[in-house]
Amino acid sequence: MTTMTIAKAINEGLRATLNKNPRSLLMGEDIGALGGVYRVTDGLIAEFGADRVVDTPLAESGIIGTAIGLSLRGYQPVCEIQFDGFVFPGFNQITTQLAKMHSRSNGNLTVPVVIRIPYGGGIGSIEHHSESPEALFAHTAGLRIITPSNPHDAYWMIQQAVDCQDPVIVFEPKRRYWLKGEVDTETPGASADPFKAHVLREGTDATVVVYGPLVPVALAAAEAAAEDGHSVEVIDLRSISPIDFDTVTASVQKTGRLIVAHEAPTFGGIGGEIAARISERAFHSLEAPVIRVGGFHMPYPVAKVEEDYLPDIDRILEALDRALAY
Amino acid sequence: MGATHLPSTEFDGTEMDDQLEAEAEAQLGAPAEPMVQLLGPDGTLGSDPVFSKYAEKLDPDTLRGFYADMAKIRRFDVEATALQRQGQLALWVPLTGQEAAQIGSGRASQPQDYIFPTYREHGVALTRNVDLAELLRQFRGVSNGGWNPKDTNFHLYTLVLAAQTPHAVGYAMGIQRDQKLAAANAASAEAGQAVEPNAAVMVYFGDGASSEGDVHESMVFASSYQAPVVFFCQNNHWAISVPSSVQTRIPLANRAKGYGFPGIRVDGNDVIAVHAVTEWALEQAREGNGPVLIEAFTYRVGAHTTADDPTKYRGSAEEGLWRAKDPLARLEKYLRAEGLADDTFFEQVKADGDELAAYVRKTTYDLETPDIRTAFANTYVEAHPLVAEELAWFEEYSAGFADAETAQATSDPAQAEQTDRAAQ
Repeated sequence: MTTMTIAKAINEGLRATLNKNPRSLLMGEDIGALGGVYRVTDGLIAEFGADRVVDTPLAESGIIGTAIGLSLRGYQPVCEIQFDGFVFPGFNQITTQLAKMHSRSNGNLTVPVVIRIPYGGGIGSIEHHSESPEALFAHTAGLRIITPSNPHDAYWMIQQAVDCQDPVIVFEPKRRYWLKGEVDTETPGASADPFKAHVLREGTDATVVVYGPLVPVALAAAEAAAEDGHSVEVIDLRSISPIDFDTVTASVQKTGRLIVAHEAPTFGGIGGEIAARISERAFHSLEAPVIRVGGFHMPYPVAKVEEDYLPDIDRILEALDRALAY
Repeated sequence: MGATHLPSTEFDGTEMDDQLEAEAEAQLGAPAEPMVQLLGPDGTLGSDPVFSKYAEKLDPDTLRGFYADMAKIRRFDVEATALQRQGQLALWVPLTGQEAAQIGSGRASQPQDYIFPTYREHGVALTRNVDLAELLRQFRGVSNGGWNPKDTNFHLYTLVLAAQTPHAVGYAMGIQRDQKLAAANAASAEAGQAVEPNAAVMVYFGDGASSEGDVHESMVFASSYQAPVVFFCQNNHWAISVPSSVQTRIPLANRAKGYGFPGIRVDGNDVIAVHAVTEWALEQAREGNGPVLIEAFTYRVGAHTTADDPTKYRGSAEEGLWRAKDPLARLEKYLRAEGLADDTFFEQVKADGDELAAYVRKTTYDLETPDIRTAFANTYVEAHPLVAEELAWFEEYSAGFADAETAQATSDPAQAEQTDRAAQ
């Protein structure tokens, strides 16, 4: 076991991938000498050279598009998109090309491209640097979407993403890059399947489903609720596409109440999808409507007011109160 | 060019339209910019200081082969258009007029090269030995692909304009890395080991797609990394209803200069020149000299697709002008004048074309409609719980209809009567 930050864990995961897989390579803006704006690729160009840690022109469609071409030639590119709000110039390549290539080739072609996107707010940044666009990608068949919430998962999930033969988007919770935790670099243990949700805290009164940056927030809310005598189960979804509905369903069948929280706006979001599925799968177990906690239907607000926008402990507790009132 | 083209302060749209139209007409007649041409519309062979040597390498069999290919693909185009008109295809994208651009460039490629077409490159597909009946799968609505690109190094058609251009550059970046890995391996391996031939990538797009950002980004990447890729732009003058003068105010080939690699405009109706220029460009790429842009100056004689009506946006005089530059007619003149082909040859070509058309028609009728279960199977490579769940639901739902059909059959009066008799 080693203690490291999420950023360092991804760095180590990428290093392990580059070492074991000679056809893997990294591509992105400023990922070479600078080591990425978040230093996630720090030191890798010195170790693996400019052919495998590729500083690209400043063009997101070009990054994703050339990664698709490299994967058609048998390479496994890992693309870094510098910030969530800058993925959109590459949106066409991701949704019309990358997601569909296997299907439209009748299974003849595979494009195992990985796209890393630092996402979410809470860092006091300027516009386009704090967004959570995961639902836009989750709606596209052919893609897989995962998001680690701790260093151990971060270390293993980036490697599992590269090993996966489908395209995978890894949403990295940027405000948790410096969160420290224990990493077992020998074995993934319970994190062997990146598409499986984890029950992080068991409870009996209500279930709170979260992922990425809100995991520590939900755990803190559950702790606060316990002081008020409420037993809250916390699930880290880990995978946004596919979603591990079996784990969520089993939890709701036990607790009877479900709250889903994410930074992304609630309208048309992952929380709505989970609410609908759970109402289909566990209708008779539900003691209350599924309650969503999330961003508002507005462009991500300016940094000085982002605290009013982002779900926090109190917003989750308020939702819990409403659920328990039924 | 330059400042004279900037709109004046009294600029109004009509003037601009008139100006564009006038320019388009001027451009259609005879391009002012230098253009590589070896075989003129009158069927006489000219010379070029760089490219004549490539033309001189062409033996009579190859030249006859060019003609046979062009005639074959034109006949195929006629048949596919007919199939669409008869309701057998959802849509057809005709290539008539662009045979020389496609056959000349396709025949210049080597088997180890990888080709990214857009969606009109039926002639290139022919040169890559793609089964033309397979090619119709997409237009009949039974596949979004149709052929396995790994068999022929001819990628699937891409319908989102220019989206394939960065794929081509990425593929070429992969070739560069393969070559380095091979060199490293060769250095440590025993002498006499077979060496893979150098490969290049060629990507097709049109004058319309040249406006897409992906073409720009691709050229930036290709230039930065000196990727072995040939950008082959067929300027067929019309992006559905919009003339090429709206896409560019300068010859498209000139854009290459801005990216830092060679750009060549070639007479796209001259199969010999197209072949020569493409062979040169692919050699450049294979030898590690970086990308090349080729602009094949040609014309889409027919409609954009079978859903289009060119009479709404262009005059027949213009079409007539280009028919006079027909790529097949000029090669026929040359072959006959040089005594390289006679009536027997041309009759045989026609018979071969009819045979291909009959084959394509028959196989089109026979193309199997896929089961939607294959779409479930091909969405992901690895097992996916949502796909599995939805497929399971679909199976159960479908089985419900099967049960209903069985129930209906047993409640059929005739059958009921039979059952009654049996009971008596």
